[in-house]
Amino acid sequence: MTTAPEVETAAPAVRLTGITKRFPGVVANRNVNITVRRGTVHALVGENGAGKSTLMKILYGVQRPDEGSIEVDGAPVSLSSPADAIRAGIGMVYQHFMLADNLTVLENVVLGAERMHGIGDGARRRIEELSHAYGLEIDADALVEELGVGDRQRVEILKVLYRGARTLILDEPTAVLVPQEVDELFDNLRELKSEGLTVLFISHKLDEVLAVADDITVVRRGETVATVDPASTTSRRLAELMVGSELPTPERGESTVRTTPVLQVHGVTLRSGDRAVLDDVSFTIHSGEVLGIAGVEGNGQGELVDVIMGLRAPESGAVVLGEEDVSAWPTRRRREAGIGFIPEDRHRQGLLLEAPLWENRVLGHQTRRPAARGPLVDRRGARADTERIVREFDVRTPGIDVTAGSLSGGNQQKLIVGRELSGDPVLLLAAHPTRGVDVGAQAAIWDSIREARRRGLAVLLISADLDELIGLSDTIRVVLRGRLVGTFDPASVTPELLGSAMTGADGDPRTSARTEPGS
Amino acid sequence: MRNRDWTRVALGFAAPLLAIVFSVIVTSLILVAAGDPVGTTWRTLATGGLSGALPRNLVNTVNLGTTYYLSAVAVAIGFRMNLFNIGVDGQYRLAVFAAAVVGGAVTLPRPLHVLLIVVVAMVVGGAWAAIAGLLKVGRGVSEVISTIMLNAIAGGLVAYLLRRVASGQQASNNIATPSIPESGRVPGFTLLPSSPLLAYGFLFVAILVGLGYWYLLGRTRFGFDLRATGLSPSAAVASGVNVRRMVLAAMVLSGAVAGLVGLPELLGKTYTYDLSFPAGLGFTGIAIALVGRNSPVGIALAALLFAYLDTASNPLQILADVAPEIVKIMQGVIVLSVVIAYELVRRYGVVHEQRRVAAQLSATRPQTEEVPA
Repeated sequence: MTTAPEVETAAPAVRLTGITKRFPGVVANRNVNITVRRGTVHALVGENGAGKSTLMKILYGVQRPDEGSIEVDGAPVSLSSPADAIRAGIGMVYQHFMLADNLTVLENVVLGAERMHGIGDGARRRIEELSHAYGLEIDADALVEELGVGDRQRVEILKVLYRGARTLILDEPTAVLVPQEVDELFDNLRELKSEGLTVLFISHKLDEVLAVADDITVVRRGETVATVDPASTTSRRLAELMVGSELPTPERGESTVRTTPVLQVHGVTLRSGDRAVLDDVSFTIHSGEVLGIAGVEGNGQGELVDVIMGLRAPESGAVVLGEEDVSAWPTRRRREAGIGFIPEDRHRQGLLLEAPLWENRVLGHQTRRPAARGPLVDRRGARADTERIVREFDVRTPGIDVTAGSLSGGNQQKLIVGRELSGDPVLLLAAHPTRGVDVGAQAAIWDSIREARRRGLAVLLISADLDELIGLSDTIRVVLRGRLVGTFDPASVTPELLGSAMTGADGDPRTSARTEPGS
Repeated sequence: MRNRDWTRVALGFAAPLLAIVFSVIVTSLILVAAGDPVGTTWRTLATGGLSGALPRNLVNTVNLGTTYYLSAVAVAIGFRMNLFNIGVDGQYRLAVFAAAVVGGAVTLPRPLHVLLIVVVAMVVGGAWAAIAGLLKVGRGVSEVISTIMLNAIAGGLVAYLLRRVASGQQASNNIATPSIPESGRVPGFTLLPSSPLLAYGFLFVAILVGLGYWYLLGRTRFGFDLRATGLSPSAAVASGVNVRRMVLAAMVLSGAVAGLVGLPELLGKTYTYDLSFPAGLGFTGIAIALVGRNSPVGIALAALLFAYLDTASNPLQILADVAPEIVKIMQGVIVLSVVIAYELVRRYGVVHEQRRVAAQLSATRPQTEEVPA
């Protein structure tokens, strides 16, 4: 691979012209035109579901466009598989890492590309060269399972570079990173750019885009609505381009916290192997209180939810709901006692995708009115209440007999929120309640949670969206390696402050953040 | 809403029709390759052979279908929650053997005697299936493996026990349990006046089982939990379903229905269990449950189709000089085509519905872009 430094060539690195992609029933790409200059970071922004990922899949050969053409370095190409894209010098860094944890960096990088430089010293030399040239600074012999999230992402980038990519697609690369790691990533991207590589950066976080991009293309409802220069725009202007209207912001409103404790977690410890995934976790949520849990994914949030729902039994500690110790209760009994649950993965835990909406209303309420009567499912009651949810929570559907899988993600989530707020719950566990939903649905879900909180609902809110946490919570606790390490007042905390507590970069969570040096 | 229901009904029929058309084509090709008369074969199958034998064949079809239906429902109960009860075969053989022994050993007033036999069969079938259920719940043993093994064990066990309890008929090589007295038998009834053959009275029990299956799965909380577990175990667990208990319950229920499989024959025809008692009905049930899409009505139609084909294999041999195995091949081809056809129709259905939902939504929201055709 040759790295031509800063050569201003006439041909753009990538040019997409008139790309149209149709899917049955979902927003397709329509007449998309993008020109990516060589040696730049080009950002593609848009709401979830606007068609960014589809567009990138087309560019990476995963999907074929119905119409339109792709040019790489001025020459038209036909990409029908990722192998074609790699041959054309396009590489993809996925949002979810595709690494084998039990292999070393070297082994992960050469896996599938053994023919390029072998698997021995040749490969090691090449990896070290690349790592050094682009400031990635990765030890080729480190085991991937011992690496942090930021390092893993650099391994993914290294993999792509090793295969000879000159244009890198990064799909939502910052979603899994805390602010300090984001800064490091951006340093890496600037390094790549200065070596003549091109980066296509997909995001919906406008501040990040403004910080790193040379050009910004906005996608809305599958169409490219504008390409703007970051120097002459603001995040407000970008947001308006993205949604075509004004962005909603979560607002807490005045405090509704009462004195009655609803959920008390006492010293919960859970081990996986010999590692504590939950380490002596204790907290209390009162009626009308939203407790936000901030943390990098995989620091025990999922396990905490499982323990409270009764899906996993902790080794020690107790869960008290109201005045009753529910530690030994099965999940169903806890639900009957008034725990609502918005799961992190709605397809896995929240819905029966092949069942109609009204049957999904029954799910989790199998023993309670109006979904059930005695040992029978109350079809009429369940159907009537599903109609109510569709109406009150604005679930966009032609009827309640369509399968849950045919709704869009936002509408599925509104259905779940509506269901979990049915039957007067006392506690709501909301894990990433607005992940992957569009702005309209997000605002509606926030409103529903706030409304229920006003009526005295206690909420445990787990989110990766720090703005959401700060906007909705009455108190924020930070979880790090299974321990609650800090308590913050959302009225005064900043995302940076939370970020440093989330990574443990900060000894005392109440002092200001220290950014770790990038490289 | 009406409109949509019709689409769904049409799609429901599309798959089996597609499968049957496809299997007719494939079977014809096989017949041609084997040098058999294609035309005569289909004519014989379509008319039921000699016109005089038709009523008799139809009654035979219903009788065999009754047995097949019970077997397929037993399999379908497991299928609805992704449990593969391959062990219906062993369960019904052990159950019918135990029922024959108990039924032949006591004398009771008629309804009680029959009831006792039925209960014994269901309890034994359920208990045998429970072994596989417990192994899965307690030790994570795949029910596919354990039920196959249990089939072999059941076969050996029955053969061994039969020798121990058999009444002396030393004249022949066959050995049998003592015959069930009159009070324990289920009398047949005249289905077609033109046929001397009576239909099994157990047909009504099979119909009741079908109704019970429909009601249990479609109307009760237990059925909802069972289907939810089949559709998504993770979502079922999060909704509060105790999956281990459901696995055990579904397995026992499946085994209990499997216990009924041998009874139409036992109580309506043989009155005794001997070495020639039909084997392999459990495997036929798997195929029929697949073809019938686990639906109570679909299974009934599939059971009758399979029974008809089996009944027709005799005239086929006589009139068309085609080996009866061609019917087995045909049934196999039907099952394979059905699996493929259902998958095709299912995918089409999913896409169709997504498209319809999107179309209807964009019609109500004019600012949304049109849905690609």
